[in-house]
Amino acid sequence: MAVKFDMSDDSVVVVIGTGAGGGVLSNELAQKGVKVVALEAGGRYLPEDYINDEWESFGQLAWVDPRTTSGDWRVSKDFPGLPAWIVKAVGGTTIHWAGASLRFQEHEWKALSTYGPVEGANLLDWPIDAAEMAPYYTKAENKLGVTRTGGRAGLPGNNNYKVFEAGAKALGYKKVHTGRMAINSAEYDNRNACQQVGFCFQGCKFGAKWSAAYTDIPRGEATGNLEVREHSHVARIVHDKRGKVSGVEYFDKDGNLHLQKARIVCVAGNTIESPRLLLNSASAMFPDGLANSSGMVGRNYMRHMTGSVYAVFDKPVRMWRGTTMAGIIQDEARHDPSRGFVGGYEMETVSLGLPFMAAFLNPGAWGRSFTTALDAYENMAGMWLVGEDMPQESNRVTLNPEVKDQWGLPVANVNYSDHPNDIAMREHAYRQGAAIYDAVGATRIFPTPPYPSTHNLGTNRMSADPKNGVVNKWGQTHDIANLFISDGSQFTTGASENPTLTIVALAIRQADHIADEMSKGNL
Amino acid sequence: MAERISNRNLTRRQLLQSSVAAGGIAVIGMGFVAAPDAAWALEVTEITEHQMATLVQMARDIYPHDRVADEYYVIAVKGYDSADKKAFVAQGVARLDELAQAAGNASYLETKWEENRVALLRQIENDAFFQAVRGGLITGLYNQKAIWPIFGYEGESFSKGGYIHRGFDDINWL
Ligand SMILES: Cc1cc2nc3c(=O)[nH]c(=O)nc-3n(C[C@H](O)[C@H](O)[C@H](O)COP(=O)(O)OP(=O)(O)OC[C@H]3O[C@@H](n4cnc5c(N)ncnc54)[C@H](O)[C@@H]3O)c2cc1C
Ligand code: SF4
Repeated sequence: MAVKFDMSDDSVVVVIGTGAGGGVLSNELAQKGVKVVALEAGGRYLPEDYINDEWESFGQLAWVDPRTTSGDWRVSKDFPGLPAWIVKAVGGTTIHWAGASLRFQEHEWKALSTYGPVEGANLLDWPIDAAEMAPYYTKAENKLGVTRTGGRAGLPGNNNYKVFEAGAKALGYKKVHTGRMAINSAEYDNRNACQQVGFCFQGCKFGAKWSAAYTDIPRGEATGNLEVREHSHVARIVHDKRGKVSGVEYFDKDGNLHLQKARIVCVAGNTIESPRLLLNSASAMFPDGLANSSGMVGRNYMRHMTGSVYAVFDKPVRMWRGTTMAGIIQDEARHDPSRGFVGGYEMETVSLGLPFMAAFLNPGAWGRSFTTALDAYENMAGMWLVGEDMPQESNRVTLNPEVKDQWGLPVANVNYSDHPNDIAMREHAYRQGAAIYDAVGATRIFPTPPYPSTHNLGTNRMSADPKNGVVNKWGQTHDIANLFISDGSQFTTGASENPTLTIVALAIRQADHIADEMSKGNL
Repeated sequence: MAERISNRNLTRRQLLQSSVAAGGIAVIGMGFVAAPDAAWALEVTEITEHQMATLVQMARDIYPHDRVADEYYVIAVKGYDSADKKAFVAQGVARLDELAQAAGNASYLETKWEENRVALLRQIENDAFFQAVRGGLITGLYNQKAIWPIFGYEGESFSKGGYIHRGFDDINWL
C-alpha cells in the first residue's frame, strides 16, 4: 500500500505541504490515478497523539522555525518571532483549525468592481466567480461534512454560544446560528460526532472535526498513488534550461539534501512559506525568484481584519466547555459602506483556555487591571471578529538575509500594517461586539488585539493579467506552466469568511484541471 | 510542590527569629527563602536569598492573584537561581533597590504597599530584566496545572468524554 517512488522518477507530481490545500490536492490527484509525492516539513500526528493542553500541544504541532516581523501591527511588537500560528505536521493547519466553513458571498469574488478603487489598497477581482465555484464548494462541503449544508444538522450551542446568541438577538441581529462547521453533529464519513471536548485548536481527539491528517492523507495513500514523506523540508525548486520546473531539493530529518524529480510541482506551504520558497529558489534565469516576473511574489499579504471581544459577567459562563467556535453572527458580513468601510466581517464565538488567555488577552499587560480579568475567567464569554482586510503591496513576505533557519536558509520576514479601512472595520466590530455582551449584562469588556495570524493569504495571488498577480485562474503560475500554487496564498482578496473551505474547493478544482491537462498531454 | 521547595524542618521559631519579613516573604539566611509560616521554603545556591525573595515579590506584584499562594510564584521564578542568570538577576534587583531607596525605602522588599512597589516596577517596565521576569511568568505561572482550579478552568477533558454529558450547555441565568 504505502507506495514509494524513486527520486529520479520524473513522472510524479510533487506537492509541497500537506495542509488544507496540499493535503486535499494530493488525495484528489491520487484518486484520479495521478502519481504524487507529497513532501511535508513536519511529522505525523493522529488523534491519539493530540494533547488536551494548550502549550504542550503548541510545542507538538506549531511551526516554530524562526521568522521575523516588521510593520505597525501589534503582533510585531508582542510576538516578534511568531507572526503566524501555523501547524508543521502532516495535515498542516487543519489539525489546529476550528472548522468554520463558509462560502464567499457572491460580490466578494469581485472586490474591485464592487467596492471601487480604495486608496492605498491593491484591490483586484478574482478571475473566477461564485457560479464557477458553486459546484466545488458543494464538493468541499461534502468532503468536510460541513453542518447546515447538504442536509447535515447544526451543532448544539454551548454556554459561550448561548450568551452570544442572547446578546445578538437583543440587538436585533437575524443571522445567528451555531455555524457551518466541519465538525460532525452526527457520525459522518467514518468520523465520530462531536463530544464537546473543547480542545478543537489542539487537534480533535475524537476525529469529529475534519482534518486532512486523518482523512485525505490516508485515503490518498490507500490508492497506492500517493507517497507522503514527512520531515522533508523543501529548500528549493529547481528548473531546466527551458525554464520548466524539474524537481525539488529537500532536507530529510537528518539534514541530508535530496533531489526529487518532478513532472509538475504544486506549492502549498501556507502563505508565508510558499513565497519564501519561490524567492529562495532564485536562479540565474529567474534572479528575482520563481514565477516572479510581476514582482508580486510575497506581496499583498493578508491576514484578515481580526480582534476579539471578551466579556465578564456576574455569573459563570465556562466558555471553554464544548466547541471552540460554536456559533456565528453574519449580519455584519455584508458590504455596506455607510458603516465607514468597505467589505464586512463575521463574529464567531471563541474560547481560550487559561494558559492561552494569559498570553493573548492583552499581551504585555500586567498588574491588577490584567489579573482581575483572569480572576473572572470562569465568568467570561468570548468572540472572534474576522473581516476582509485590504491587500496592500507593501504588506509582504520577503527573505530576511540576516536570519537563517536550521537548514541555513534565509527566513521569512512578514511586514504588515493596517489599512485605514481595516482600522475602521475593527473599531466598528469592537463596538458591536461590546454591545452584544452589554445587552446581556456584561460587567467588563475587553477589546482584545489580534493574535498571531491564523488566516494567512494572498502572497501569490490569482489574477487575470500576469502583470498584477502570480497565478492564473487554475493556480498555475503565469510564468511557468508546470508550477502551481495550491494553498491560501492564491487568494486575490480575502473576503470576510474564514478561508479554508475556499482553499479546499480551489484544491479540488485544481486537481481536476491538472489531471485533465495531463491526460491531454498539455502538462 | 516542586523539588527544592519544602519546609526542610524549619521551625516557625527559627523563621521568625531570622527572617526579614517583607510582603509576606521571609529571607532567612542559610540559603533559604521561606514563607513566614514555613508553608514553603526554597533553597538558593547561586543567587542570594534577598534576590530570590525580591523575584518572588516581583512576580506577585506583576501578576497579583490574591487567591494564588506564594508557592506557585516561587515555582515560577525559581529557575533564576542559576549560574548563567546570576549577574542578570543581581543587576536587576540592585536597580530596583536603588529606585526604592531613591523613594525613601530600604529596598524593594521593604516597600510595604503594593501600589508603591508597582510604581517602582513601572519605572523599569521596559528594561530587559522586567520583561524577562514578566514574560517568563506567562507560562511559568499560568501553565501550572495546580492553579487552574482556582480560576475555575477544568483543563484536559478528553479522558472524561468531553462535556457532552458534563455541562457544555448548562448555563441557567440567561
Ligand atoms: C487556531 C486556528 C484556528 C483556525 N480556524 C479556522 C476556521 O475555523 N476556519 C477556517 O476556514 N480556517 C481556520 N484556520 C485557518 C486554516 O487552518 C488555514 O487557513 C489553512 O489550514 C491553510 O491551508 P494551507 O494549505 O494554506 O496551509 P497549511 O494548512 O498551513 O499547510 C501548510 C503545510 O505546508 C508545510 N510546509 C511549509 N513549508 C514547507 C516546506 N518548505 N517543505 C515542506 N513542507 C512545508 C507545513 O508544515 C504545513 O503542514 C485556523 C487556523 C488556526 C491556527
Ligand atoms: S469540541 Fe468537538 S470538534 Fe472540538 S475537539 Fe471536541 S469533539 Fe472535537
